[in-house]
Amino acid sequence: MSGFTGTSRLVRLALRRDRVRLAIWVLGTPLIGYALAESVAGLYPNKQTRLGYAETAVTSVVARAFNGPIAGTELGAVVVTETYLTLALLSALLSTFAVIRHTRQNEETGRAELLGASPVGRYALLTAALVVVVGANVLAAGLLAAAFVGAGLPVAGSMAAAAAIGGVGVAFTGVAAVTAQLTVTSRGGNALAAATVGVAFLLRAAGDVLGEREAGGVRLDSAWPTWLSPLGWGTQVRAFGGERWWALALPVTLLVVGVAVAFALAERRDVGAGLLAARRGPARATAGLLSPVGLTWRLNRGALAGWAVAVAVLGLSMGVAGHEVDAMIADNPQAAQAIAQLGGGSELVDAYLAAMLGLFALTIGAYVVQALLRTRNDESDGVLEALLATAVSRTRWLGTQVLGAVLGALALMLLAGVTTGLGYGLSVGEPIGWAAELGKAALVRMPALLVVAGVVAVLFGALPRWSIALSWALLIVFLLLGQLGAVLDLPQAALNLSPYTHVPSVPAADLALLPLAALTAVAAALLLTGLVTFRRRDTPS
Amino acid sequence: MSVISIENLVKTFGGVRALDGLDLRVEPGEVHGFLGPNGSGKSTTIRILLGLLRRDSGQVRLLGGDPWRDAVALHRRLAYVPGDVNLWPNLSGGEAIDLFGALRGGLDQRRRDELLDRFDLDPTKKCRTYSKGNRQKVAIVAAFASDVELYVLDEPTSGLDPLMEAVFQEEVRQLTGAGASVLLSSHVLAEVEALCDRVSIIREGRVVEAGTLTELRHLARTTVTVETVHPLTGLDDLPGVHEVRPVDGRVRLEVEPAHLDSLLAHLVRFEVRALTSAPPTLEELFLRHYGDTANGRSASVGGTR
Repeated sequence: MSGFTGTSRLVRLALRRDRVRLAIWVLGTPLIGYALAESVAGLYPNKQTRLGYAETAVTSVVARAFNGPIAGTELGAVVVTETYLTLALLSALLSTFAVIRHTRQNEETGRAELLGASPVGRYALLTAALVVVVGANVLAAGLLAAAFVGAGLPVAGSMAAAAAIGGVGVAFTGVAAVTAQLTVTSRGGNALAAATVGVAFLLRAAGDVLGEREAGGVRLDSAWPTWLSPLGWGTQVRAFGGERWWALALPVTLLVVGVAVAFALAERRDVGAGLLAARRGPARATAGLLSPVGLTWRLNRGALAGWAVAVAVLGLSMGVAGHEVDAMIADNPQAAQAIAQLGGGSELVDAYLAAMLGLFALTIGAYVVQALLRTRNDESDGVLEALLATAVSRTRWLGTQVLGAVLGALALMLLAGVTTGLGYGLSVGEPIGWAAELGKAALVRMPALLVVAGVVAVLFGALPRWSIALSWALLIVFLLLGQLGAVLDLPQAALNLSPYTHVPSVPAADLALLPLAALTAVAAALLLTGLVTFRRRDTPS
Repeated sequence: MSVISIENLVKTFGGVRALDGLDLRVEPGEVHGFLGPNGSGKSTTIRILLGLLRRDSGQVRLLGGDPWRDAVALHRRLAYVPGDVNLWPNLSGGEAIDLFGALRGGLDQRRRDELLDRFDLDPTKKCRTYSKGNRQKVAIVAAFASDVELYVLDEPTSGLDPLMEAVFQEEVRQLTGAGASVLLSSHVLAEVEALCDRVSIIREGRVVEAGTLTELRHLARTTVTVETVHPLTGLDDLPGVHEVRPVDGRVRLEVEPAHLDSLLAHLVRFEVRALTSAPPTLEELFLRHYGDTANGRSASVGGTR
């Protein structure tokens, strides 16, 4: 029996276990790629507009940091610049989570022990995970290349771009194979690998910001930090701009090195053990934890901090980018129209800033949904049962959860407004004034978020089994109505279904109190219904 | 007044009748064993007692109150250990214990430390790294360190080793010694035999047998193994004698307690050489009610006397 005995069976097991996830990944990536390519092609139809785009992409610090280096003025190069980071991050994170899921999570739950007791080799579990994840990346990349070709892009460039994105997934498969050996928990393994993705992003952003414009062309030469980042390697393939195929060897090398290290580590450790010791906690609780409010804060503070960092970084960069909006839009009437539709109003910068705040409100809606649905997860896990068996009433418990989600959303919205204002204000020399103005404008969106909280509360109270799926589905509907409603010319009645439609688009539009009061009243009615239905129903159910 | 009194309790989930006219009574100061296999309705009963599920019909009184309406007030006076303990992965065990104690209305710190020591539980480990047994210990310590009138324990020891099982039994005795009552749902018959003053055996949503262990034994058949000089005959005609079968040159049979005397009178006529008689173990009592379910659920509702 070799160390690899049973690998093919484990591969089939993993495929069976993840058949839905893998299908969404492998089919979803090319679909997203196709949709983005089509929409970019529509926005930059001719050489003229693409030259304008490329000029901005090369000169703008924000564009360099968030889109990466542009490889030229071909349509494909614009598509890659607009889509690369989204798809690459997706591929990095999906690969990471999949590797951990099929390695460390199996060990943590004891499934690996059960498998290890059967004729399965020492390396079989890790090998099977790698086969599945690398296979998924290769397949997704193949379909993505086909999607780009289908969107009318040249074949060679399409293949290079798709391979670059698949390469990011392959590189992080190698990273995750190592982090899976280090920590005891799958959560820890995921966090470590996700942190690596974050560092890779920052290195690449730094390298691209520090890069230099190539003499005599519209192309950016990234500085050395980009070369240290697996996320940067994909950009160095320069799809649609004189492909450098050899750059694809970098992710493959990282995979090989990562797998070798992982096997060496797996050889030296026990099943279930990690190389990093699990952190310990305090033997006694502090007084601050000992109440529903304290517990809710404790359970949500980590996620809230992560959101706050992301919101602040995005807010600042969106704000700084506001200064470039005028320049960008002068060359591009389609983009101008799109922004005006999203934000409303006549002043383009105001429309842009209002559109950004609207986007923040939608995104922070996801925070509200996730924070409130924690209660449903607690119910499924049995934690809620133990809690409600103490002297905590259902009203108090759900009320605390709603309060926590709403206050968290309030803090995030305020942060979003203030940082966006600060970013824009810094670029036009009036930071404090803009921070205050956009901070206030962000708070105008709160009633819509209250309605989101109310919707989740009602679903949790009345349709607990469906609450997770329906809550997310409704948020996505709100998102689509907000983003595509105007573009697709949907009837107003459909748009009115989303609470976000009713929020005055400050600063592009004037503040109107009536819709805000109406939204708040609707939210209050929903929350009350949620509480009452939860009080009357069985738990768990 | 009874600590728990349930009469004719019915609870249905969709079309399934999980509880079908259940009766249960727990008296002050007793440890009451609640026996039944998975899916028989033990946890459903406990959840109704905790005000988590709503009853469809029947009478339920808990510590003199209504478990659904007075949930919060009643929960200050009881502590619950669930069968499947799930905790917050990023809290330490000590934090989880303090939290449950505080939400229940207070914790005896000295008891807490003593229990941690007795159950050999490291409170600084994060809950996500605990094994099932250790998660159970967290719930047990949190419950036992609370000074309450009633402890509701739903299969609390399924993950504990024999050493910890012994500690658990000592601690339960200490609680009842101090005047508390315990409802103990369990699979571990030895534990029930060691701890419980009275037991209720539940099957398919109703209690089929309830009483002290002596009472239950008294109602159940005694197993007699006998060796005689002359071949035994005529046993089948005796009243109250069942399951006669030869074993290694002896005869083993079951006899209802009321007919033990007439059986002995019959046996002496064949010159008894050796005789052993064993009262039914709890396991036998239990299997009498469930033996047929194990063999593919025959139609008879076993054990209704």
